[in-house]
Amino acid sequence: MVELQAEPLNLEALQNGDPNEQTRLVELYSDCIYRLALKMLANTHDAEDVLQETFIKALKALPNFEGRSSLSTWLYRIAINESLMLLRKRKLEVAIQEDDFVDGENEDSIEAYQLLDWCCLPEDVFMTNETRAELDRQIQKLPENLRTVFILRDIEALSIKETAETLELSETNVKTRLFRARLKLREELSTYFAEFIEENTNGKK
Amino acid sequence: MEKNKNHCEELITSISEYVDGSINPQLCLELEKHLSECDNCRVVVNTLKKTIDIYRQQSAREKMPSDVKNRLLARLHLEDYRE
Ligand SMILES: [Zn+2]
Repeated sequence: MVELQAEPLNLEALQNGDPNEQTRLVELYSDCIYRLALKMLANTHDAEDVLQETFIKALKALPNFEGRSSLSTWLYRIAINESLMLLRKRKLEVAIQEDDFVDGENEDSIEAYQLLDWCCLPEDVFMTNETRAELDRQIQKLPENLRTVFILRDIEALSIKETAETLELSETNVKTRLFRARLKLREELSTYFAEFIEENTNGKK
Repeated sequence: MEKNKNHCEELITSISEYVDGSINPQLCLELEKHLSECDNCRVVVNTLKKTIDIYRQQSAREKMPSDVKNRLLARLHLEDYRE
């Protein structure tokens, strides 16, 4: 989440359609919203669509904004909804019905299988294009309801409470989903780094 | 052995709250005691933390291309109001 700088946004000016204040709103939050959309959709074109739609809708709806949640939470919510709408449309287009995850299902599958400690790999291994592509690929493989929670909490660094507010979920629900998302990503990355280590130690033996 | 495995599974549900620092103090003590004795759970906790770290690091370095922002401002008719 963006730390508000010295001068906080003037809500009244925003609601009166002051273009200078609207521009400040864009400057403050467009990076986060774009990043969120990119993580949700893994496509720069779609992410830009979501970014634009989010701000168009936000500026239009601002006069009715009641301030029950923070402005950023409110923007995130619009962006998430726009992203989900786009994902649904995409799914209809390819006519694939993904098996959406239901909370409480597969309760027994909370197990960690990969026990390789890859934390001590050299830092630059985590920054290669290949690793970055893998990170993106694994986020995309998460079911939507785990992906949204992981992106808001762990990538955008919202608190549990803010994440719950944004998604209109209970905090307990957010924690459960977050745990599943993290464990799942950990599993996948462990597999990935295990292969990496194997490839890089072969021949040295 | 079987008993120990159950203990691991029981505690693993708390590691997410543990890495967030929001775990309740008593459970925290129990978990930390277990971690000092159980290599497997320690690896899970460490790699879970690292997973979150590298995702954060990665996205911190991602910036929106400036032409994307320019097009956004143009679409909102705000292109003349940039500072
Ligand atoms: Zn254990």
